[in-house]
Formats: sequence, structure tokens, C-alpha cells
Amino acid sequence: MKLTDISGDINEWFDGSGPMSDIVVSSRIRLARNLAGHKFLSRCSNAEKSEILEKLKDVLMSLDLGDKVFYVSIDKAPALNKNFLVERHLISRHHAFGEGPRGVVMVQREFFTAMINEEDHLRIQVLKAGCQLSQCWEQINSIDNMIEEKTDYAFSPRFGYLTACPTNIGTGIRVSVMLHLPALKMTGQIEKFFNAAKDMSLAVRGLFGEGTEAASDLYQLSNQVTLGVTESEIVSQFENTIIPEIAEYENAARSQLLCRDTEVLDDKISRAMALLQNAHLVSSQEALFLLSHLRLGINMHRHMGASTPAINRLCSLCDTPVKGGSGLSIATINRLFMLTLPAHLQLNHGGNLDPAHRDALRAQIIRSALNQQG
Amino acid sequence: MQCQICNNRDATIHLTEITDGTRSEMHICEQCAAEQGIAVKSHIPINELLSSLLASAPSDDEFADPHEQKAACPTCGFTLDQFRKEGVLGCPNDYDVFAKSLQPLIEKAHCGKIAHCGKIPSKTSMDTKKQVELLNLRQQLDNAVRNEDYELAAELRDKISETKR
Repeated sequence: MKLTDISGDINEWFDGSGPMSDIVVSSRIRLARNLAGHKFLSRCSNAEKSEILEKLKDVLMSLDLGDKVFYVSIDKAPALNKNFLVERHLISRHHAFGEGPRGVVMVQREFFTAMINEEDHLRIQVLKAGCQLSQCWEQINSIDNMIEEKTDYAFSPRFGYLTACPTNIGTGIRVSVMLHLPALKMTGQIEKFFNAAKDMSLAVRGLFGEGTEAASDLYQLSNQVTLGVTESEIVSQFENTIIPEIAEYENAARSQLLCRDTEVLDDKISRAMALLQNAHLVSSQEALFLLSHLRLGINMHRHMGASTPAINRLCSLCDTPVKGGSGLSIATINRLFMLTLPAHLQLNHGGNLDPAHRDALRAQIIRSALNQQG
Repeated sequence: MQCQICNNRDATIHLTEITDGTRSEMHICEQCAAEQGIAVKSHIPINELLSSLLASAPSDDEFADPHEQKAACPTCGFTLDQFRKEGVLGCPNDYDVFAKSLQPLIEKAHCGKIAHCGKIPSKTSMDTKKQVELLNLRQQLDNAVRNEDYELAAELRDKISETKR
């Protein structure tokens, strides 16, 4: 399988489906594991790293994961391919640009990936659309059990699963949700979210790398405490306390926009439409920023029955087939989000493009998706 | 300290501005800062948190055990100084070798929690002794290869496979 087999479309966990998908775009659970009887990576020679890589690769490739499994060698991959995998959330930036023998085992539908020799010997993750953390945990736990049958993990009765960094010991679990919070941002209340996260000892990150949260209004929220609390407790805290609380803030901000600040809301949506339907050069940051407003408009219509002049104009496109497909949907917006990221653009174009050409190509792809045929 | 804008709430944000060599200070509360459009970075990524914990933890306070201060892990050769620089440990054995020094850091990072509860490997895991033995053998193997002593390396490799069984 080649990366270009998947680069033309979004992955299934980013298609805008799943529970609470108007706010929770996707759910992810990652487990950090190390093999018993080996040093952590910072002290491993390349020969030992290769040994670990081969061993884990063999184990992972032999598992029945319910989908086609394939392996990508990261130390041998060209920079463009590595950037593509990072954009798609299949590997971390640290893994892409680290050192030594390392790779990723993944399934074709991209709900599961395993980074070998990142910061720990093994980091496995399961991703699903919308709010589906319990389902993620169930699946990753069973995959972890399958791996455990074929290998020995470094484990101590006191500190649990041992990791290179003491901040990950215990369960080695990182539970995260990708949240779309444009209304909190527009109404100047995003600090509420940051403070709530801080109070609950959670970490917040932007979606597409440092600083991009401001552009896309997509935030990744994850647990920091991994010791002394069970996996199920962390998952249930997210599902029963954290996510409902933040969704309530965002929904209140959306209602405020609808009732009190309709002009502000309509202005943002109309500007986003006008620019994206007509511009000939669109930067990556600008695309993320404007597409976020379209996503808000469509979701407010679908989930709150919102009807304002701008939302109605936007949603008239949802019922009209556009070039080469059905009407505009959240899946279309997400597709434009992902496929116009720099590495996606270049991989699908068939080679490197300078930023100016990328901006033109990005604008062209978006224009053609948002303008009705004829 | 009171907020200089509202003169009511506690000032929790302290700004220092240097314009043309003149230094001015401002002490304000979070709410007034938000109204003034001053972004407050209230979330700290985990790695930054760790490095700040390490940086702000002089050896006397944080890594109190004098023996561990000077110790090197017999398995991987790792020292606390290296941990301070790199933020990651050298091998699983380091959790035992530097147990006392790591404890305060672990407590801080995990909101006071110090012991695992949660998933346990389903099959009986290799006991700690065996893990350490393997780590030691691998260390010896590395040295043998480095010294081009291939006879010893072959012996050690056999021992490793035996121990793994």
C-alpha cells in the first residue's frame, strides 16, 4: 500500500460523524509501552533500536486488527511523507523528525497506528469519530492484550507500565478529544475553557501544531495524570464530567451568538463564504480560520435549528449537489480542512510545491468544492 | 497585591515592559487582562511542566538523597544529572536506583499519586530480577561489541536468549 492510496480522502475518524460531533470532532486513546529487558531509547544503540523495531513490527504485523495492516519505515521516509503522516495525526512530530531506526504500523482505515521507537519503544493509538472514548478504550485494551500475549512489557507493581518519562508511568494512557470551540473564541470566552482545563489538570494543544488553535478553533484536550487512577476512571471522567461541561460552555456561547450577536455571527460566516468562493490565493492558516466558521454555521443549523440569513445561504449549498459530489456537509468541510494542508496538497499534486503555488492550488480546490456547478 | 486597573481583585498577572530602555511594570488580575486583550497562557504542556519542575528543582531540595546524587545506574550508566538535562530516564531499573529522588517529581506530575492502579499485564510478567538481569547482560553485550570481543559477545547473546525463556 502507498500513502497516495489514502491521501486523496479524509480518514474515517475525521468525517464529522459520531456522537456529539458538532463539538467533539474525534476521540483518541494512546498507550505508552516499553519492552522488558531493554534500556529506554535514549540509551539504546542503533543496533538495539533495530532489534526492538523488528521484534515489535513482527508482533504488530501478525495481529488480526480487522483491516489491512501495513508498515512505514520513518527513518527512511522522505520529509514530505513524514509531514503527511503528521498532518494526518498518524505519527507525532517527535517521531517524524527523531533519530535512529523507527517506524509506524498502521491499518488502512487509520483507526489504529503503532509508533515504534518514538519516546517509548511502543506507542499505540486508536482514533474514532465524535465522542467515543469508551469504544476507543475497549478496542485499544484488546489490541494491547494481543500484543502482551506475544511480548513482555516493562512493568513494576508500584509504578505500573514503565515509561522513559516519569510523567507517563502507571497506565501510560493519554486520553484526548479534539474539540471545535469557535463560539467560545468569537465571544471572547475561550479563557473559560483554558481555566476549566487547568482546574482539572488537563493539557490543551492546538490541532495542527503549535499556535494553530487560534486559526482552526480546534483544540486537543488530554489528561496529564497517568499514575494512581485507572484507565476506566479517566475515560469516564472525560465522558461524564469534562466533555459535558465544556460542551455546555460552547453551546451557551453559540446560543449567545444566535440571540444577541447575530450580526457578528452572520458577518463571520458570510465573509468566510465570500472569500473561500472567490479567492485565488489562500494560505493554510487562512483556510483553517475560514473553514472553521463554515463548520460552525452548518452545525448550528443541524443541531440547534439555527436560521439566520447567512446560515440559510450557507445551508442552501448543503441541499444542492456541488461539482463532483453531493451537497455541502461537515464531511466536505473536514475534507477541505485536511486535503489543503501543505503535505497533503503536495503529495496529491505529485511533488514539492513552493508556498505561492500551494496557496493557489488550495484556493482552487476550495473554490471548486464551494461553487455550484454551472 | 491589588489589580492596578480595578483596584479590587488580586493581581495575578505581572507584566514587565521595556520601551526605549525604560522599564515599566504592571500588576493586574486575570479578568482585567482579558478585557485589555492580554493573552494569558494558562495551560502548560507536559514537557514544559517537566522541564520547569526540573529546572526549578535545585539538587538540594528535589533530589535530596546524597547517595543517589552521585550514583550511576549499574545497568545503563544513567545519572540524575543526565535526567535533568534530557527529561527521560535510561532504563526501567532507574526507577529503583533513583527511587527517592524521583518520588517528589512523580508526586508533582501526578497530582500527589504515587502508586499504580489500573491495568496489569494479563499474563505473569517477567519478575523484576529477570528484567534487571537481562538489562545487565545487554549492557555487557554492548561493551563486548564496542571492544570487538566477538567471542564474549556470542556468549552473552546466548545467555540473553536463555534468560528470556
